[in-house]
Amino acid sequence: MSDTGYTITAVLAAAAVTWALRALPFTALTPLRESGTVQYLSTRMPAGVMVILVAYCLHDLPLTETRAMAPLAALAVTAGLHLWRRNALLSILGGTATHTILASTVLAL
Amino acid sequence: MYITLRTALKDSAGVGLGFLPLGLAYGALVTQSGLDWWWAGLSAAVVFGGSFEFLLVGMVAASVPLTAIAVSALLVNVRHVFYALSFPLHRVRGRLGKAYSTYAMCDEAYALATGEQARTWSGRRILWLQLLLHLYWAGSSTAGALLGSLIPDSVTGLDFALTALFTVLALDAVRDLRGDVPTPVLAALSALAAHLLFPGQLLLAAFTLLTAALLARHVTTSRKPRHV
Repeated sequence: MSDTGYTITAVLAAAAVTWALRALPFTALTPLRESGTVQYLSTRMPAGVMVILVAYCLHDLPLTETRAMAPLAALAVTAGLHLWRRNALLSILGGTATHTILASTVLAL
Repeated sequence: MYITLRTALKDSAGVGLGFLPLGLAYGALVTQSGLDWWWAGLSAAVVFGGSFEFLLVGMVAASVPLTAIAVSALLVNVRHVFYALSFPLHRVRGRLGKAYSTYAMCDEAYALATGEQARTWSGRRILWLQLLLHLYWAGSSTAGALLGSLIPDSVTGLDFALTALFTVLALDAVRDLRGDVPTPVLAALSALAAHLLFPGQLLLAAFTLLTAALLARHVTTSRKPRHV
């Protein structure tokens, strides 16, 4: 068990860095809001950012091993459900359930 | 205020309820790592950056130095720098409101507030949405830590909720682009190049490559002679 003072300080350090990264860029970027280039970026960044975050979640997938089947199957279920019903909750629960069941049963280590 | 809260409950329902399995997984991981249950709620409420928190648990359980934690937070969360380009902070009124809005600007809040359906949202509606997401996350993490011992050790894989959440947000954001295929393709190529060239710094490298690629595309397309 770690020392309580240390675990709390660790949370505060992580939070301070995270907040600074979230807040400070606004000060620098506010004058640029009217710029055509920033507007061009701002309409396209959200989709690009989310695609990269999905890739980040999957980047250490062991593609040559059978246990990689669980996340891949769950990804297909999530995307399929979402393209079909457009219901975020249904897609997330369906995908997570698929992954949990596969990873805990047939594909368990 | 009551009406805004009710609207925000609807706005946050899909993604917010997706926080449930993720928060449960996070809380369970905290207690499995030997940390106290309250630490799950505390870290979820104070840091409020889901993907980094999963890494933080491991580091805190291993008692790594605080500087290492700060540097990892910087590297994993530096992506938020790019969110200032599009997050509608100008609609949020007041210093306190703006301060909270930046504090609670998690990936999911960013995705929802920059989506096409959010173009008419007031600052108040955005703040309520962020507060609700914050509460869902802190609440489900605490619940996960308290109930974690009830989940058998053989049950694994709840953390896929994070991947599922980003997949849903990506599909919605790509749909909002209305047939702008190059943007998701450039993003996927940026991620692939970052994975091959800078595997240790995938997020930072991929976001930088994406920004550079979009800028290059903007310059070349705006120079193209227009046929009227």
